[in-house]
Amino acid sequence: MIATTYAIQWVLVFATSALLILVGAVGVISVKNPVHAALCLIMTLIGVAVAFVAQLADFLAAVQIIVYAGAIVVLFLFVIMFLGVDRREHIHFEPLVGQRAFAGVGVAITVAGLITLMAKSHWVSGAASVTTKLSSGNGNVRELGTAVFTTYLFAFEATAALLIIAVVGAVLLARRERATPEEEA
Amino acid sequence: MNVPAAWYLILAAGLFGIGAFGLLTRRSALIMFMCIELMLNAVNLTFVTFSRTLNDISGQAIVFFVMVVAAAEVTVGLGIVVAVFRRRSSTSVDELSELKG
Repeated sequence: MIATTYAIQWVLVFATSALLILVGAVGVISVKNPVHAALCLIMTLIGVAVAFVAQLADFLAAVQIIVYAGAIVVLFLFVIMFLGVDRREHIHFEPLVGQRAFAGVGVAITVAGLITLMAKSHWVSGAASVTTKLSSGNGNVRELGTAVFTTYLFAFEATAALLIIAVVGAVLLARRERATPEEEA
Repeated sequence: MNVPAAWYLILAAGLFGIGAFGLLTRRSALIMFMCIELMLNAVNLTFVTFSRTLNDISGQAIVFFVMVVAAAEVTVGLGIVVAVFRRRSSTSVDELSELKG
């Protein structure tokens, strides 16, 4: 039923992205060295970008590579190396008894619930193509740009303010406090 | 014909689960941030999948905003990690116990 109805190239693309995503994600939570975890994170992000391309989200795939793999992971690596915490963490040390087991059970229940919801219910409902059709022939970048600058213009302006606030906040947090003489006393 | 949306949704659920497990079990603040990124990516993948299913660009626009917010979150979060590290010389969240009652 499954293997015959879908074209082999889409199945291959899905398998590639699934492999990249899952191997990278397991790597992030299991390796001891934070630098290796960041590199595994890049692997997952590239897998997600592959899934984006396979699902007609070309612009987001490019942004995924540039912003996530290019900026966010580099920021992670910069902080890891700046702080000098690229030594091993004691991964098997467990201060809370049974924390790992409880986390595993909770996550298993959540994921099983999600998959059951998907399998048992009509998870796609509502009207299709409310904002703009995904494939109207104008290209993904143009459609996404039109949606962002018309329907979502207010949210777009709000993100501009959010980014300014975040930059100012990060500078304020990470700045080394220059102690004045009366503060030192 | 492309593979059904359910395959990508189950993949995203698995990615979210892995990220949540890592967030609950790891102690280094940096690794916990990476696990939050994993969970955000799982949600992004879900949005893009539903965007394809409903043939609507809105899902992709929302993913765009999620990415912006994630970038801002990482910037401020890593700033906090740097500030905490300067005081405590550790990124382990277990050592931040000043507010313990």
